[in-house]
Amino acid sequence: MAKYLLLKHYRGAPAPVNDVRMDQWTPEEISAHMQYMQDFADRLEKTGEFVDGQALAPEGTWVRYDGEGRPPVTDGPFAETKDLIAGWMVIDVDSYERAVELAGELSAAPGAGGKPIHEWLELRPFYGSAPTITE
Amino acid sequence: MNEALLRSLTPSVLAILVRRGADFAAAEDAVQDALVEAVRVWPADPPRDAKGWLVTVAWRKFLDQARADTARRRREDLVDEEPAPGPAPAVDDTLQLYFLCAHPALTPSSAVALTLRAVGGLTTRQIAQAYLVPEATMAQRISRAKRTVSDVRFDQPGDVATVLRVLYLVFNEGYSGDVDLAAEAIRLTRQLAAAIDHPEVAGLLALMLLHHARRAARTTPDGSLVPLAEQDRARWDTESITEGIAILQAALARDRLGEFQAQAAIAALHADAPTAGETDWVQIVEWYDELTRLTDSPIVRLNRAVAVAEADGPRAGLAALAELDASLPRHAAVAAYLHERDGDLTTAARLYAEAAHKAPNLAERNHLTRQAARLNADRRH
Repeated sequence: MAKYLLLKHYRGAPAPVNDVRMDQWTPEEISAHMQYMQDFADRLEKTGEFVDGQALAPEGTWVRYDGEGRPPVTDGPFAETKDLIAGWMVIDVDSYERAVELAGELSAAPGAGGKPIHEWLELRPFYGSAPTITE
Repeated sequence: MNEALLRSLTPSVLAILVRRGADFAAAEDAVQDALVEAVRVWPADPPRDAKGWLVTVAWRKFLDQARADTARRRREDLVDEEPAPGPAPAVDDTLQLYFLCAHPALTPSSAVALTLRAVGGLTTRQIAQAYLVPEATMAQRISRAKRTVSDVRFDQPGDVATVLRVLYLVFNEGYSGDVDLAAEAIRLTRQLAAAIDHPEVAGLLALMLLHHARRAARTTPDGSLVPLAEQDRARWDTESITEGIAILQAALARDRLGEFQAQAAIAALHADAPTAGETDWVQIVEWYDELTRLTDSPIVRLNRAVAVAEADGPRAGLAALAELDASLPRHAAVAAYLHERDGDLTTAARLYAEAAHKAPNLAERNHLTRQAARLNADRRH
């Protein structure tokens, strides 16, 4: 088994095929999209491949240490930051091929006009623990 | 096996152990062990006196642990003080436990966790699942909380207001898992109301019952939010509403108004209206005025602006809104709604989209995005 992170981006991913902002969809199209995402997660729970999924708010803050005895510096959000993560799903699957298959299904979630968004999702393998037997 | 009974006995059993001289942290562990034992043993061999059984077993667990500690730390005197087993004393220190678990030295999340375990009788695992954190994290949070209050004297009166804030948090910020935290908060508030005669405790209980009564109507099966005006009122729990209103009326009659009673009064006016159109918005505005006097909270003023719009028209609502800081949470959502009521759909659609961007949770974000989409779709046709 191997764990993979499916990353969804607010920005930073290549443009999807069906690229229409959600507030320009119809309410029914939004509902269909939400239902598709929920069904996908439910199905993965049933197959025993779902680990975790969370959505992130679009605005955050950059923080860094500013030296002994000083409060941390906060800044941003920065408009020029290219990459903005919208959420993730962690899956635990048997193979890379299965991970790709699932990411493809998730990317087919319906959008404007009820057509698949073809959204680009980033698939990142976890570093697992070192195997007991390596030879 | 009556889990409800078992959990309702938890605080008084724990209080008895503490009164007998056990320190709170060790007594709390012993009571949890006794609960586990009860779940195991009772189905085949139910006790005649459930509370007496729990006290006896918990005390034995406490002594076992104390002996183990004594072997290590040579604290023999405590063990020699074992009282004769007998009927549980009549005095109920449940209230003291509520105070201890909501002690001002605790952070809100610690107070919530400790209250659910020591007063509510939930296991660490159940609490962890409810708040979506690993069990080890929740265990650490609880043991740190116990250390924080370890030097607090048990017989000192606490502040009811801090207890109410903790119970309100449990009710309002409960997540998921197999424990219904809203129902649990109601149970704990009901138990508190039985232990202390206080109009604000009654006010909070009424507020919870009135909100809980609408729960089935508040979301669709797919989790989408349904605004109050669009809810199917036939799905409201009338029994819960009747009880909430009766408790509230008794509390208000005592003429010691507080913020929970005022909030409950607003919830009661909503619950009382057969249709959204028949809501008594004028009275609701008056209650918001009371709440503003009691709390001076900008969030209350924001909600008041909506009520003003319903009572006196959207322009009056927008005027009330104009006095408030635009950075308030949900300000854009309220502005969007009021502009829509005022017929300015372009501004409303833009503000709904802005509000969705700032929404504090996914359900609200989806709801607000759908509102923007609805107006945008209407404008295209």
